[in-house]
Amino acid sequence: MKAFAFERLARATDAASAVAARPGAMFLAGGTTLVDLMKVDVLTPETVVDVRPLGLSSIDVSDDAIAIGATVTNSQLAWHPVVRDRFPVLSEAILSGATTQIRNMATVAGNILQRTRCTYFRDVHALCNRRQPGSGCDAVDGFNRGHAVLGVSEHCIATHPSDMCVAMAVLDADVYTVRRDGATRSIPFRDFHLTPGDTPHVEVALEHGELITQVVISNLPAARRSHYLKVRDRASYEFALASAAVVLDLDGDTIRAARLALGGIATKPWRATEAEQSLTGRKATDSTFRDAAEIALAGAVARQHNRFKIELAKRAIVRAFANAREAKV
Amino acid sequence: MKTKISVNNTTHELAMDSRTTLLDALRDVLGLTGTKKGCDQGACGACTVIVDGQRVLSCLTFAAACEGQHVVTIEGLAKGEELHPMQAAFLHCDAFQCGYCTPGQILSAVCAVREVHEGVPSHVTRDVRQTVNVATLTDEEIRERMSGNLCRCAAYPNIVAALRQVLAEEVRS
Repeated sequence: MKAFAFERLARATDAASAVAARPGAMFLAGGTTLVDLMKVDVLTPETVVDVRPLGLSSIDVSDDAIAIGATVTNSQLAWHPVVRDRFPVLSEAILSGATTQIRNMATVAGNILQRTRCTYFRDVHALCNRRQPGSGCDAVDGFNRGHAVLGVSEHCIATHPSDMCVAMAVLDADVYTVRRDGATRSIPFRDFHLTPGDTPHVEVALEHGELITQVVISNLPAARRSHYLKVRDRASYEFALASAAVVLDLDGDTIRAARLALGGIATKPWRATEAEQSLTGRKATDSTFRDAAEIALAGAVARQHNRFKIELAKRAIVRAFANAREAKV
Repeated sequence: MKTKISVNNTTHELAMDSRTTLLDALRDVLGLTGTKKGCDQGACGACTVIVDGQRVLSCLTFAAACEGQHVVTIEGLAKGEELHPMQAAFLHCDAFQCGYCTPGQILSAVCAVREVHEGVPSHVTRDVRQTVNVATLTDEEIRERMSGNLCRCAAYPNIVAALRQVLAEEVRS
């Protein structure tokens, strides 16, 4: 591992300043991505600023929203009684990822900023436009069974690995940030992550040194009937091959409104808006859900080893909606 | 850089390179070699320790980030000669073969049992709104809750039995 300076600061703006002032500085939260990638020299910060002492670790519940501090751990959030009650899709998504040890370390902000698990990104001897802009992509013609089929470009097909973010996307969370001058802003979740296009190394809509302070989820009564379904190679402790987060608002057996987000198959947490709209006013049958699934995957682009993901994702969507339909709320 | 860490109720002020992980600090600086280095990349769980009451991976934790925190390792679990109930259960159930993953398994199991008593759900809990009940806890629940600790000897059935034993003892008492 490359040597680095370690800093602990007490105020969010000081932490933002410390990183903004130095191109080689990075924020550290739970460390489950950063420390891992520093060990294999994929990330080589000169300065690491620990954000856990900043006091951003509370979950504030009000009647109309839940505000989640940046360093709230994944476990705290998944186990929170109000989250489980109002937003089961979020608890389910988090609990389906990693292990208890890792969820106890990983933070909400860190999860949002986690890096892809693409093996070529993680191998400094491979070509990767995300890690080294302009170097090429070994995944496009390589072993790409785990790679994305939505939001891809010829420069990058890396999958966004998060489960939690798929639920955040379906719930229309807002990401709040602060910059070194104290200016704050909120970024809608769907605008936060970027598809690779010609610039795979630009992954999120943050400036260097801009610090996530909290994530806010506005109340959504329909989310009481929400669900996360994850399909993977192992029963536990594995990233998704395909996953679906759904919210289903029913009037009897008719769909008043529906929401759908996809994971494991896209380069960012993927909101399937057209598929959602196709469901409005229709009967909540499996064939209706299948129609929506066809729309959601219409733009999919497969490579040599990941074609199976398209059908897998469609079936995951149908099953997720069917499970939500049957849920007791 | 200097970091003040409490390990098994003793506070240490350690002078270390910032790159030192909690795992390496425990083993190489403090000589507490009960915590094992398996994969050293967050995959196997052999390095599991308890920090401020929560089970975490010491290999992915910088020691410098533990300033002011309280760490419990396998060496801090027994009371003198009296084994912790989970240590005794691992012996009684023959829940290990080579023993390399065992310290991490035991610390993880201690927390898993506490989490069950707190009633928090896991991935396999049918309804996350429900409070988990010790009496109806399935083996599938125990396996999911322990999935962060790999055992290459595959002592898994006996590890599940050890957790069951402790859960049953605690319900009885």
